[in-house]
Amino acid sequence: MAKETADLPLRHDAASRFVPYVIAVMVYMAALALAGAMLVASAVGGWTEGLRGTMTVHIMPNPAGAAATAKDLEKALTLLRADPHIAAARALDETASRALLKPWLGAGAAAAEIPVPRLIDVSLRRGAKLDPNALAARLRKAVPGAELDDHRRWLSRLLGLAGSLETVALLVLMLAAAAAALAVVFAARAGLAVHKRAIEILHLIGARDTYIAVQFQRRAFMQALMGGVVGLGAAIASLLAMGKLFGGVELFGLNQVRFGPLHWTALAALAPGAALIAMAAARFTVLRSLARRL
Amino acid sequence: MSAVAAPECKSQVVTVMESPATTEPPGPAAPADQAGAAIVRFEHVGMRYGAGPEILRDVSFALPPRSFHFLTGPSGAGKSSLLKLLYLDHLPSHGRIEIFGRDIASTPRGELPAIRRRIGVVFQDFRLIDHLSALENVALALIVAGARLEQVREHVAEMLRWVGLGEQIHAKPATLSGGEQQRVAIARAVIGKPNLLLADEPTGSVDDAVAMRILYLFEELNKMGTTVLVATHNDKLVSSFAHPRLDLQAGETSLLPPA
Repeated sequence: MAKETADLPLRHDAASRFVPYVIAVMVYMAALALAGAMLVASAVGGWTEGLRGTMTVHIMPNPAGAAATAKDLEKALTLLRADPHIAAARALDETASRALLKPWLGAGAAAAEIPVPRLIDVSLRRGAKLDPNALAARLRKAVPGAELDDHRRWLSRLLGLAGSLETVALLVLMLAAAAAALAVVFAARAGLAVHKRAIEILHLIGARDTYIAVQFQRRAFMQALMGGVVGLGAAIASLLAMGKLFGGVELFGLNQVRFGPLHWTALAALAPGAALIAMAAARFTVLRSLARRL
Repeated sequence: MSAVAAPECKSQVVTVMESPATTEPPGPAAPADQAGAAIVRFEHVGMRYGAGPEILRDVSFALPPRSFHFLTGPSGAGKSSLLKLLYLDHLPSHGRIEIFGRDIASTPRGELPAIRRRIGVVFQDFRLIDHLSALENVALALIVAGARLEQVREHVAEMLRWVGLGEQIHAKPATLSGGEQQRVAIARAVIGKPNLLLADEPTGSVDDAVAMRILYLFEELNKMGTTVLVATHNDKLVSSFAHPRLDLQAGETSLLPPA
């Protein structure tokens, strides 16, 4: 960045001193919102990737006993493996099924005599156009009480929630950008009023509007960059602290998500992004104001 | 005030003015001055501030290239208002103004700064920028045109030495007397070798000897091709130079021979 021109002593303006603080707070909020949005987006990516092309069949315990349940399981497996759209059907053994209940019911409850449905993990062939309703009907006919879960309902709710969170994050980002721009606009207007006489002199000796605007925009850029770096640093520290505090908490796989270089780059871009927004806001304000003169 | 002999000083001024101080092109084409037509032409110009009374009523005159005129008239006659029209601080309420062959009313706003840079103005109230030194104030006239301070520092310092402020080049306006501030303002007006020099009471804050020196500087510029218009109340000064007078009375002008 070029050295600030000293025609206008903007560095000493009391009215613009608050700008770096406002920008720091805005970048902090924006960074947290963006990190949240990226976290959710990555988790959603993981869910959809993991569940795409898979289904789960639930075989309810047969009241006639374990042998009858095993027979039902076999029937279902035979039916599934005979379908040309299905690549593989694998039954989870009872221990594995009970283990899935552990996070919800605890180790003791999982080991107790609670009847646990048997599960079949179904993988579809690539590009298969299977009608899940027809398959569910066939399954229920072969094994009464069998249920087919193609994860769509669960996934669509989660995707809806994730979409809402991303929208909120985007709104926070836009509000932060707007608030930062407004702070710069007010500071620039105050600067124009404070330096009215000097600006008039520059104007009369032949300075172009852009010559005057450049001084305001450089100042706004530097102030916003300074505030942005501080806000971003604080946000990264907060994110790392949250990662340490909540890293072990299972929440829809969010704790499994790790930020890659792209995520960090997007976060780091917030500081120069804020500086560019501030620069544009200052330039626009000054040029618009000067355009009213002869 | 340093007692520098005038001939030596003039040669220094020539050095300053002929330096390639600016990096921008000289501005809009000037067919009028190239063709020898008027540098400034007013045709039935009137001017009022807002809804107030007309300060200038029906002003018509022309300043030929390389001419030197005094603008005279009593206080309140509208001399400063006429100068404001000339240095493009106001538009007339009616009539037509041509400067360097350009009709100001139809000139795009973006081209006015280039025209302003061809006009040197010595304001009555000096209009120096308070936080800048004398050197920076003078250099500003070149810097706004694209020059860098480092490029023009020595030329500007020479000019300040010529107007007798060699010891005060780093002084801020607040620490200078009225006369010294006026000399800084004059240096700023002439440093860019303007095509048109407008001076509003340029000798109002200086003694007679310095006033004469300033007028000699303006004459020197005039000989080098600058058209000069000096608004003044100083009859003694006007009568010391053989230049015609543009006399402003009750908002109207008349051209009078040298006093």
